[in-house]
Amino acid sequence: MPEVFPADSVGLVSPQHFIFDTPLELSCGRSLQSYELVVETYGELNADKSNGVLICHALSGHHHAAGYHSTADNKPGWWDAYIGPGKPIDTRQFFVVSLNNIGGCHGSTGPRSINPETGQPWGKNFPPLRVRDWVTSQAKLADKLGIEQWAAIVGGSLGGMTAMRWALEYPERLRHCVVIASAADLTAQNIAFNELARRAIRSDADFHDGDYIEHDATPRSGLALARMIGHVTYLSDALMEERFGRELRSGTFQRGLDAPIEFQVESYLRHQGDRFATDFDANTYLLMTKILDYFDLAREYDGSSVKAFSNALCKFLVVSFSSDWRFAPARSREIVKALIAANKDVAYAEIESAMGHDAFLLPNDRYEGVFRAYMSRIASEIGAINSAEEAS
Amino acid sequence: MLRIDLDILQQWIPVSGRVLDLGCGDGTLMCSLANNRQASGYGLEIDADQITTCISRGVNVIETDLNEGLLNFQDNSFDTVIMTYSLQVMRRPDQLIDEMLRVGKECIVTFPNFGNIRTRSYLLLRGRMPVTKQLSHQWYDTPNIHFCTVRDFDALCDEKNIRILHREVVTERFPDKQLKGLWPNLFGETAIYHLAK
Repeated sequence: MPEVFPADSVGLVSPQHFIFDTPLELSCGRSLQSYELVVETYGELNADKSNGVLICHALSGHHHAAGYHSTADNKPGWWDAYIGPGKPIDTRQFFVVSLNNIGGCHGSTGPRSINPETGQPWGKNFPPLRVRDWVTSQAKLADKLGIEQWAAIVGGSLGGMTAMRWALEYPERLRHCVVIASAADLTAQNIAFNELARRAIRSDADFHDGDYIEHDATPRSGLALARMIGHVTYLSDALMEERFGRELRSGTFQRGLDAPIEFQVESYLRHQGDRFATDFDANTYLLMTKILDYFDLAREYDGSSVKAFSNALCKFLVVSFSSDWRFAPARSREIVKALIAANKDVAYAEIESAMGHDAFLLPNDRYEGVFRAYMSRIASEIGAINSAEEAS
Repeated sequence: MLRIDLDILQQWIPVSGRVLDLGCGDGTLMCSLANNRQASGYGLEIDADQITTCISRGVNVIETDLNEGLLNFQDNSFDTVIMTYSLQVMRRPDQLIDEMLRVGKECIVTFPNFGNIRTRSYLLLRGRMPVTKQLSHQWYDTPNIHFCTVRDFDALCDEKNIRILHREVVTERFPDKQLKGLWPNLFGETAIYHLAK
């Protein structure tokens, strides 16, 4: 409970709501007549509006990326390690925009919102979305903020996919694309994990075929199980061994005693699952895992990522983590290979980390150094810092 | 000031050429080629700190283990593939040279000439593995695992039917500068080869 926020924190932040009255045409053929985005911004937009950095969240992410909502908050936003004054995404130089995507459950229009046509929550009838729909809605947000071109669009995992889609859909609207722990599409194994999670939710008696709101129920157990499955895949074997090993939280193996035994890792997973089930909407989880499954960078470019990237005008930074087996370094190298073949500017770093896929969210000296070096280069390029500081 | 081999090789880089620099270090050569030859391309590096330095200088650096070949690169996709002072640390220098010639139309390779009189006499007189200013490691901790001489490299090119477009040896030492023309393998400290298939 920080009484005083750390000096490199953006401090107290409060979300803003942007309401869009022009219909949003979706890739499924349907449209949202009006929609709302919940957004946080950090730092100041400069006079020529050239220092905007868009943060794209991952599967279960939201707009609260940095800072605190109140002095009573235990934890800052989900990417606070990398956003703030003096941090890699330096809020003294950049105007950082972070939003909850449509389809989400943290304040932007999604399955929990009221469908104006029925007066009831959308629930399972919320239109299916693709990453490109997020990109379109984010572009409308940029219009509203007066940002013609982003200095950078940054995202990890599904957020990295979103950033890449931006580079293809609106090539002139970003200078840099930062793609962290991501892939050009999901592998079969990855889709399989998502299907396990969806099955867990659908099998919960409280799911009511997606109409749980009408039944005044929440498929908590299904959501918790979905999260537990996901969580195991976001960590590495080595990390779980180091953090939990075979340590017991309660009980004992001593002969003659039969107190119930619980491993630390069981307790940890249960806690993660339960917390998630309290915050998250089941229909949103189904929707978002499908967005992830359906993403295919190259689909409309004859299956060629080289052809896809030929449309890009921005420069790229690609980062992967050694122990990430859900978005493995090999998948990032595919992206890099295609960018090189398309003759695009790209830098690539493979960070040594035991943290698995979650590494992109966690502090790591080398990752921070690479990220900082790239972002400061952007800052000097757009004149946000004195270019004399550049290495000659 | 630019290291002498990095300076000399620039003349062989086509203006606005597309280059690949294997073991690009802190990106000095890539920056210099961008300024002097308007060349563009990528640097490959494995050292974490060097990669960060490259990124802060705006060099397109790709983290790569060169011992795994040049899998990210298509045939004939670069005008020149360069490797300066890294040949001797590779597990299979011969295979990497094949890879360089596959990916590039031309190649430039520079390496310390182990046939130099100083390394020769060090071994001859002291009976110990040469430790010089350029090659400052002990035999047990050196990253340099495949030394060769100018004559060795000539033989490799001959064996592989590689065309030597240019060959230069350089040295910073005064009398040697005069003598290297006559006896390159004896007085050259650094060898610079410009190659093609």
